[in-house]
Amino acid sequence: MDMNLIYDILTAQAFFVIATVILLGALMVVFMPNIVHAVLFLAITFIAVAALFLLLDAPFLAAVMVFVYAGAVCIMIVFGVMLIQRRNMKLTNIFNNQLKVGGAVVALTVAVLAFFTATTWTLDVIPVTAVPEDTMSYLAELLLTKYFVAFEAAAILLTIALTGAIMIAKEVKANANNN
Amino acid sequence: MLTTISLTHYVVLSALLFGIGLFGVLVKRNAITVLLCIEIMLAAVMINLLAFNKFITPMDFTGQIFSIFVITVAAAEVGVGLAILIAIYRNQLTVNLDDLDWLKW
Repeated sequence: MDMNLIYDILTAQAFFVIATVILLGALMVVFMPNIVHAVLFLAITFIAVAALFLLLDAPFLAAVMVFVYAGAVCIMIVFGVMLIQRRNMKLTNIFNNQLKVGGAVVALTVAVLAFFTATTWTLDVIPVTAVPEDTMSYLAELLLTKYFVAFEAAAILLTIALTGAIMIAKEVKANANNN
Repeated sequence: MLTTISLTHYVVLSALLFGIGLFGVLVKRNAITVLLCIEIMLAAVMINLLAFNKFITPMDFTGQIFSIFVITVAAAEVGVGLAILIAIYRNQLTVNLDDLDWLKW
């Protein structure tokens, strides 16, 4: 068999397995009654998304996804849950009474997206060239030349956001002590 | 059709994931779950960006650069969001979004 065909078939199988894991994980995040379990399923979803990024020729972003999302964000949220947990964790992730309205809005959104996807279904987009193997060197050069200002702005944003987060969490504690 | 993964497959996956995230944002009572579901929506957006990066502009890396900024902003958002939730919980002893309506009227 042709090597390209084998590669395509393997990619297709990998895509469908990963897509199933992503969608099931995301559904579990919404439907698990215990919020700690929901966060663990969120970590699984993000690892699957990182695997999908490998299929999309973005190895650097796959690594960042695992570090930042599956590592930092999920652990930080578990920390937050543990700081404000209650004795009974069984019903920490329940639905409000907007279920019908929410379902209708989501159905409408997905219908609109499905309509636009269906209109382009026959359009067969074939990549002009493949994404270069060594994405890191291209990304690094672009970040420090063309997107330099945005890069610095993102750095300042992170500093301000994290300092602000500490301030918000700490100020309340000081007030609580005074009271 | 099943042997080749086209741009449409990625767009459909991204749309479904976005729908699940949006559903969670709208119907969950716990504010932390709403944060989680916003992260799911952002992941869906990133799948879209990277798919279009691969199929439309492979040499420009626009999608990958924008994904990096999406990850940065999402990390900042989770940090500030959690800090606000902890502050609210210390003041009000609840993170139930149905109870947090003092700014509404």
